[in-house]
Amino acid sequence: MKAIVSIVGKDQVGIIANVCSELAACNINILEISQKIMDGFFTMMLVTDLSGCDKPLDEVSDRLQTCTEGKQLSVRIQREDMFDAMYKL
Amino acid sequence: MPSLQKVIDAIDMIDKQHLDIRTITMGISLLDCASEDAGRCCEKIYDKICHKAENLVKTGESIEREFGIPIVNKRISVTPMALVAGSCQTEDYVPFALTMDKAAKACGVNFIGGFSALVQKGFTTGDEKLLRAIPQALAQTDIVCSSVNVGSTKAGINMDAVARMGKIIKETAHLTREQDGLGCAKLVVFCNAVEDNPFMAGAFHGVGEAECVVSVGVSGPGVVHHALQFCKGEKFDVVAETIKRTAFQITRMGQMVVAEAARRLDTEFGIVDLSLAPTPAIGDSVARILEEMGLAVCGTHGTTAALAMLNDAVKKGGVMASGHVGGLSGAFIPVSEDEGMIAAALDGTLTIDKLEAMTCVCSVGLDMIAVPGDTTADTISAIIADEAAIGMVNSKTTAVRIIPVEGKTVGDMVEMGGLLGSAPVMPVHSASSADFIARGGRIPAPLQSLKN
Repeated sequence: MKAIVSIVGKDQVGIIANVCSELAACNINILEISQKIMDGFFTMMLVTDLSGCDKPLDEVSDRLQTCTEGKQLSVRIQREDMFDAMYKL
Repeated sequence: MPSLQKVIDAIDMIDKQHLDIRTITMGISLLDCASEDAGRCCEKIYDKICHKAENLVKTGESIEREFGIPIVNKRISVTPMALVAGSCQTEDYVPFALTMDKAAKACGVNFIGGFSALVQKGFTTGDEKLLRAIPQALAQTDIVCSSVNVGSTKAGINMDAVARMGKIIKETAHLTREQDGLGCAKLVVFCNAVEDNPFMAGAFHGVGEAECVVSVGVSGPGVVHHALQFCKGEKFDVVAETIKRTAFQITRMGQMVVAEAARRLDTEFGIVDLSLAPTPAIGDSVARILEEMGLAVCGTHGTTAALAMLNDAVKKGGVMASGHVGGLSGAFIPVSEDEGMIAAALDGTLTIDKLEAMTCVCSVGLDMIAVPGDTTADTISAIIADEAAIGMVNSKTTAVRIIPVEGKTVGDMVEMGGLLGSAPVMPVHSASSADFIARGGRIPAPLQSLKN
């Protein structure tokens, strides 16, 4: 199963490092990264492969929240199917 | 793979434009719960609902978390109770409503619909008993919703039922007067009721439905409103195209959720209801969409045309996005549940007469309208008759959910709370319709040819 991790918020040192370390700890492989500053906000999307991860998506989500706590960042992980459904016929 | 921009746009729709799945509703057939003994029948109803819907809330919540899309309500609809209880040797149907309430609470859902009767052509003994029980049932329960179908294009309008419903609404308002007539917010009078509606208060599980199905109602007035802000001054062709495109995206999300829910719950996929359902939250209003098209206030001249186009474009965009579309599918215009409608009613531009005209071109009907407490039962029945006539002649669903609020008069506000919102008490015509309603009988079914 693939999932999209999205991060939006205040630009600062170590966002990518933090999130990627947490994903690595969950044995989640990153397939694609795209990142830019949009309207002054740090905006990043990671396409990930969860096939090697033995933790439920809920737990991964909680861990991502914890690792970015207090940093004015909104982080979420969502199944890729949702975006496919919205944009593909 | 989606682009960064598309991912951010989708997240903005959810976070800032109130995009959500409004309801995931499990329809359960209770036909096999019939029994001569009312107590035994109630036991069977309770057991079946609890068994079938045991995992509904849990499944809804896990889909919510995995896909990152809020599912606001989880609900249950059941076979019209007049059919299920019809075989019981009892005069009192209130215990059936209490059983529904208890079972729904045990499952953790926030509403259960189906304390209903279909009387478009006449009353069975069970229908009679159910109608008699409605006021007490709604007063004694918290989350049970009731509906009565009083007319259809094929059968005409049962004017005896229309007359009865005026009295039932008044009695329900009286019994729940401490909560500003809240019971009436859980009671819908239909013409051409649909069997697969997932939205409350009018949901019931029709007899033509499967044993157990899951359906969803999507929402997204905020998303449509946001999209139209980029079409300022454009021709209606562009506006219609933009609405279609947005409705497509909203519906695809609903389609994905219902397919996933049906798979996890091992039930049949019912339908996706394409309705644009507003909430009292700022930025989640159907009225504001109409105003975005160029109307100063919803309810002014041009509102009916704007709503007709919105309703049609939502359907065209949505139909392409889902395998099975059904339910009410259109734009809802519940006054108390729509921030823009509330403002337009307070302003005096949006009146009951204009709302009635709007119901000719959109989903459902006069919805969540508070009227003065001294409105007579005859006047309420006449309002129902008008609305039913619109549905009957135009082969569409229409409904009335009206709240005569005891002790309140025109201009007062009524607080329903939560998604039900708040409503200004709106004026009704004072001239009597009593002799019209007193006639009773049936208005014959309309001609369906010679349409000019």
